[in-house]
Amino acid sequence: MTAPHPDPVAHAGPVPALSIRGLAKRFGGKIAVDGISLDVPAGSFFGIVGPNGAGKTTTLSMATGLLRPDFGTAVVHGVDVWARPLEAKKLMGILPDGIRLFDRLTGEQLVSYAGLLRGMERDVVSSRVAELLAALDLSQDAGTLVVDYSAGMTKKIALASALIHAPRLLVLDEPFESVDPVSASNIRAILDRYVASGGTVIVSSHVMDLVQRMCDHVAVVASGRLLAAGTVDEVRAGASLEDRFVQLVGGRNHTEGLEWLRTF
Amino acid sequence: MVAHLLRLKLTLLRNGLRRSPWQLVGMAFGGLYALGLVAALVVALVLLRQADPGLAQTAVVLGGSAAILGWGLIPVVASAADLTLDPARFTTYAIPMRHMLAGLALGGLIGIPGLATALVALATVWTWSRGLFPALGALAGACLGVLSCIVLSKVVTTATASLAASRRFKDVSGIAFMVPLVLMGPIVAGVSRGISASAGFLPELARTMAWTPLGAPWSLGGDLAAGRPGEAAAKLLIALATLAGLAWCWKLLLERALVNPPYAGSGSRRGGKMGLFGILPSTPAGAVIARSLTYWLRDPRYAGSLVVIPLLPILLLFQGSQSGDYGSLTFAAPLAAFLLAWSISADVSYDNTAFALHLATGVRGVDDRLGRALACLAFALPVVLVFAVGHFVFTGGWEQLPGQLGLSLGILFTGLGLSSVVSARYTVAVPLPGDSPFKKPPGNVGQTMAVQFAGMAILALLVLPEVALLIVQLVTRDTLFGWINLAAGLILGLVFFVAGVRLGGRWLDARGPELLAQLTVNR
Repeated sequence: MTAPHPDPVAHAGPVPALSIRGLAKRFGGKIAVDGISLDVPAGSFFGIVGPNGAGKTTTLSMATGLLRPDFGTAVVHGVDVWARPLEAKKLMGILPDGIRLFDRLTGEQLVSYAGLLRGMERDVVSSRVAELLAALDLSQDAGTLVVDYSAGMTKKIALASALIHAPRLLVLDEPFESVDPVSASNIRAILDRYVASGGTVIVSSHVMDLVQRMCDHVAVVASGRLLAAGTVDEVRAGASLEDRFVQLVGGRNHTEGLEWLRTF
Repeated sequence: MVAHLLRLKLTLLRNGLRRSPWQLVGMAFGGLYALGLVAALVVALVLLRQADPGLAQTAVVLGGSAAILGWGLIPVVASAADLTLDPARFTTYAIPMRHMLAGLALGGLIGIPGLATALVALATVWTWSRGLFPALGALAGACLGVLSCIVLSKVVTTATASLAASRRFKDVSGIAFMVPLVLMGPIVAGVSRGISASAGFLPELARTMAWTPLGAPWSLGGDLAAGRPGEAAAKLLIALATLAGLAWCWKLLLERALVNPPYAGSGSRRGGKMGLFGILPSTPAGAVIARSLTYWLRDPRYAGSLVVIPLLPILLLFQGSQSGDYGSLTFAAPLAAFLLAWSISADVSYDNTAFALHLATGVRGVDDRLGRALACLAFALPVVLVFAVGHFVFTGGWEQLPGQLGLSLGILFTGLGLSSVVSARYTVAVPLPGDSPFKKPPGNVGQTMAVQFAGMAILALLVLPEVALLIVQLVTRDTLFGWINLAAGLILGLVFFVAGVRLGGRWLDARGPELLAQLTVNR
């Protein structure tokens, strides 16, 4: 799955795969994202971690052209997402979280649809769809309507839709939620190979162990702000990522209550 | 425990209303409608006190039987069972079965249908207040009858829960329900004619129904008033046995359902069938056509409106057969053109957040608009042509065909162009994907109404030339105007179609993220 390199200039310099500057978004009275700036190096496996409601999904939506930011810019491989959206979207594969799919299509039709919408040739689409479904253990259910899929299968078919055009940057919001362990390790193997061949992956997750094992870079986000970013070893500074995360974010309560829970 | 369950039901109802004031408005309208219906029935029952006992008995027994039948059938057909107190949600709490049954049954009374049925049933006490015993009999009958209604509906919903949970059943029942709804007029006319033709048969029917579980509880008052305590006692036994039998069935079913939750899975199917995606051109617009057409066939929200189209001429034909004048058939083609063209004005709202795929893949707005419009045109054009020509096969007068075609095609193409603009800019409240087409949609009712009315007004304005030409032809009886109308309809229609698709496409390119944000509100 080697990424195409349409822009040789971007390849020559150390242009980050994704560079966001001062992204901010307010929903009514609530500030969801409060000025996040971040560089994701090309060829990295980048994890974004944060508690629920930290602004991860909002940030990723703004960085991928799904949600217009109030302030700030997002640049993918040197292409401004909000100034030249069609070009930027060609470079990205997106797996958004919490949105519906066209679920009255069969799995196979849905992935093909994603490919055809991007203007790919039918032959290329159909051969890639078959390979993707096989790699994600979905061949048996290729002809089942997506509405009848389980949660994990739905996640996998959405991932296949994001991969079909061989993007240079993959942005995956909660890609492992409700995916079974076997499929999860298959997906990780696919992503590892993708990164090894020069692609960039950004994943958001709350599972610290997973991020620590899988990613080489990590950013910690809480209450719409960036708390730390860098390589995983820099950020965790000797401790485990989970401990460092709790230390950064705070909010761990060492309550003495709940004694009755031990009295039965 | 019973009180807890009742309080839970009330709290759920109140919190549901608190979520949005529009829900309150909807409930108020539903309440007003039910109140009107209940008031009419109660007044009728009060008036029946003065009527001949035989007539009163016939009316009460038949009405009561219909109520029990309705409570048994409607939850299945409409798949609209009230699941606020779904027994499956109580599995983890160890509630004794007896308390649970009593609580759920009484909980069924809370809500508009339950209260309405109870009020009307209690009004029969007044009908039979011709003596102490008839009134007491009617009271006992009303209580037994209402409880039978509720327990029967619980038995039916519990028994069909796994059926109702399957997507296929929901899809089909939603569409099938559309047919009687659209044909309501002819059905009511036919039934009322049948009843008036066989009025002598009704007392006989009521006498028979009174011995069945459906009618037994409702006949107690009448039998006592007529001085037949023996019969009344026998029917009381029937009614009690019915209720006990239903309750026992419900208990059995519930016990089974609580440990065997409904299974809604379906077999897996291997791929290889690309359907329309394999046939249509492999361009972005072609893919959008294939996707839209697949949805027209597979999504009950779309297919429901497709079912209405063939019923349209049937409805107009029926009206013609009543009055002997088939003139109203003229409207079949323009009406179908309007309905089909306007139906895609909510296309993006129907997509809901799945629209994010179009945004993420960076498909050009024009391709999106063109694909959706052409998909609708693919079947709308033949339908409109067939309707227009079919009308003249029926009535003759072929010299009006060109004018009629001009108007219909004008409406179709102009409407598709306008819909392409509307759905690129405004979202309206529609049932969510997977919901029944009849479910009250969440979202901003005010904006929906405004968009619909303003859009239709603009459409009326845009097709004014075709309408004017048709009127001129009808007045002058000059077929030349018909031919001019055909040309005008085609040319103006195509101009508006192209303009609409391009303008809608440009708006979509500019405001795609804002449109997605509006859709996210209603998911």
